[in-house]
Amino acid sequence: MIRRCDHLTKLYGDDKGWTLAAYDRMQAEVPGATAGQGYAAARKALAMAQPALVDEAKKGNIRGRGGAGFPMGVKWSFMKPHPTKPAYLVVNADEGEPGTHKDRTIMERNPHSVIEGCIIGCYGIGAHTAYIYVRDELHLSKARLNLAIDEARAKGYLGKTPFGKDYPIDVHVHTGAGAYICGEETSLLNSLEGKRGEPRLKPPFPAQFGAFGCPTTVNNLETIAIVPTMILMGGEAFSKQSALHHLNDGGCRLFGINGHVNTPGIHELAVGVTLRELIYDIGGGVLGGKNLLAVIPGGSSTPILRPEELVNAPDEKAPLHAWHGKSVIDVPLGVDTMRGCGTMLGTCCATVLAEGTDPVMAMQNLMHFYHHESCGQCTPCREGSAWLDRVVEKILDGKASMAELDELHGIANNIMGNTICAFGEGTAMPALALLRKFRKEFEAYVRGDKKRADAKLTVD
Amino acid sequence: MPFSLTADRERELETTLLRYPTKMAACIAALHLCQDQQGWVDDEAMLYVANRLDLPPAHVKGVVTFYTLFNQKPVGKHQVWVCRTLPCALRGSESILKRCEERLGIHAGETSADGMVTLRTAECLASCGTAPMMQVDKDYFENLSIEKVDEILDRLRKS
Repeated sequence: MIRRCDHLTKLYGDDKGWTLAAYDRMQAEVPGATAGQGYAAARKALAMAQPALVDEAKKGNIRGRGGAGFPMGVKWSFMKPHPTKPAYLVVNADEGEPGTHKDRTIMERNPHSVIEGCIIGCYGIGAHTAYIYVRDELHLSKARLNLAIDEARAKGYLGKTPFGKDYPIDVHVHTGAGAYICGEETSLLNSLEGKRGEPRLKPPFPAQFGAFGCPTTVNNLETIAIVPTMILMGGEAFSKQSALHHLNDGGCRLFGINGHVNTPGIHELAVGVTLRELIYDIGGGVLGGKNLLAVIPGGSSTPILRPEELVNAPDEKAPLHAWHGKSVIDVPLGVDTMRGCGTMLGTCCATVLAEGTDPVMAMQNLMHFYHHESCGQCTPCREGSAWLDRVVEKILDGKASMAELDELHGIANNIMGNTICAFGEGTAMPALALLRKFRKEFEAYVRGDKKRADAKLTVD
Repeated sequence: MPFSLTADRERELETTLLRYPTKMAACIAALHLCQDQQGWVDDEAMLYVANRLDLPPAHVKGVVTFYTLFNQKPVGKHQVWVCRTLPCALRGSESILKRCEERLGIHAGETSADGMVTLRTAECLASCGTAPMMQVDKDYFENLSIEKVDEILDRLRKS
C-alpha cells in the first residue's frame, strides 16, 4: 500500500530548504507546534522528563534506518548514567552501501532535522555532545550541516542552556577519509577516535564502552532526522502511519529506487509499501518496458530477490501467512517481513536489474567492491572476499571449472560467522543468494556457452 | 625539509582539537589539512602530525595507509573519481570511465602527462538515484552522459 508522507522531504523542493528560516516555516505548519518559536520538537522533548522521552521513542517504533533495523527507543534505553564518564551520541552518516542514497539528501536539503534530532537524542540518552560522522566525499553535506550548527548555535538552541534549560548540548561534524567499513558502528568509533577504522569485538557494546571508552549510542542519520517528526506527532500516532505497526515497525521512512527503473529517486512513504509498488508505481517501471530480472531490496549486502520466488508460510500463525503463495515482491517492506523472505530490509533503497542484465557480472562488480573494502583485520573476510573476487573473474573469463564454481559456496560459508563484524556476512550473503538463484547463468560461463564479450550490465 | 601547516590551517586544527577529549581524535582532520596543503601526505607530513598530536609516527602511518582518500604519492591538480559500483554500472558507468580514459589519454589510477588530472574509480559515492556519476575535486556531477563528461573535462583542463 502506497501512502506518501512529507516530513523530511517537504523541504526538498525548496532552494533554501537547508536554512533555519525554511525549517521553522515547515514546522509551524505541523498541528500542535507553536508558530515562530523554532525547533518546536526539541522544545517539547526538553520539557519532558528523560524517561518519558525514551518511552515516547519506544512507542514511535522507529527501527534503525542503517540496515540492522534495531528499535531506536530500546537502544536509547540501554544507556545508563556512568558515575564518572560522560555519554556520547554518535550519528552515522558514513553512507556508502552500494544502492543507498538517502542520508545525503537529508544532509543537503534538510540538515536542521538532523541537528534538532541530535538535541533530542542527546537529552534522551543523557549525553551532552553529539558527533555526526560524515564520509569525507560528501562535501556539500558537511558544509550544510556546519551551517545548520552555526545557525542553531547563534539562536542558542545549541550551547549552555538550550531553550532555557540547564542542559548543555553541542554538536560536531567529524570527517572520515574513505572507508566503507567505517559505517560499521565500532569501526566508526575507532575512526572517530583517530585510529584505523577496524571493528571492535563485542561485547563490550558501545552503550557500555563506546567513543573514548564512554557510554555511547550510535544511530543512523535518517533515524535521528525523523525523531523531531516523531516527537511532534507523538510516538503512537507516528508509528500508526505504518501498515506494519502491529509488527513494531512504525512510521515512515525514505525509500530509494535505483538501477534499471524509469524514475529513480528518493521518496518518503509510510512503511508497508511493496517492492512491486516501489518499482512500478514509484520507480515508473523497468527501463525499456523490460521484465524484471531481480531486485536487491536494501543495499548490496541484502540478498537479491527474484519475482518468481513465492512466500512459503502455510502455517496460519506465521507472520507472513497472509502472503502465502504470493511473490516476494508483493510482501510489504518491513524489517521482519523481509527477514521472513530470506533477505533483509537493509537501508530500504532497492536496486533493480532488468531482464538481459548479466547476474555473473553483477556478482563480479559486487565482489570487487567487498574485496576492495574489506578492512583486512579478520583472515576469513580479507582472504575470502579476495578469493571470491578472483574466482568470479575467472568464471567470467571462461577459465573456471565446475569444481571452482562449487567452491564459491564453501568460501562464502567459511566467511559467515567467522569475522568480528557483520561485513563478513554482508559479503557472503549476497554472494550465496546470487549463486543459488542464478546457477544456470554461472554454469553457462563454465561450459563456454556464454562469453564475457556478450554480457552487459546496462539496458539498451 | 620539515613540514609545517600554514598559519590559517594551523588555526583550523586548533579549533578542531577543541571538539574532542583526546588529541588523537584530530588525527584524520590533521592529515586532511596536510593533504589539502600539498596534495598528498608524505613522511614529513606524517611526522608533523605525530609530533603535533603527541602520537607515535607508526600510528599516523597506520591511519594514512588505512584510508583510501589519503594520497601516498603526488597526484594531479584535479581529482576525478568515477563511481564503478553496481547501481552506477547498471546505468552505464563503464562507458563514462572509458570516455574519461580516452579524453585524458590515461588509465584509471594514472595522472595525465600535464599533471592536471588524476583519474580514479571510486566505490559507491551514495548517488545511486542519480547514476551514473563522478566526483571532480569537491563537486558531484550526476546523471552523466558522454556529452556532459566532455564538457566537464574540457572545463577542467582549462582551469
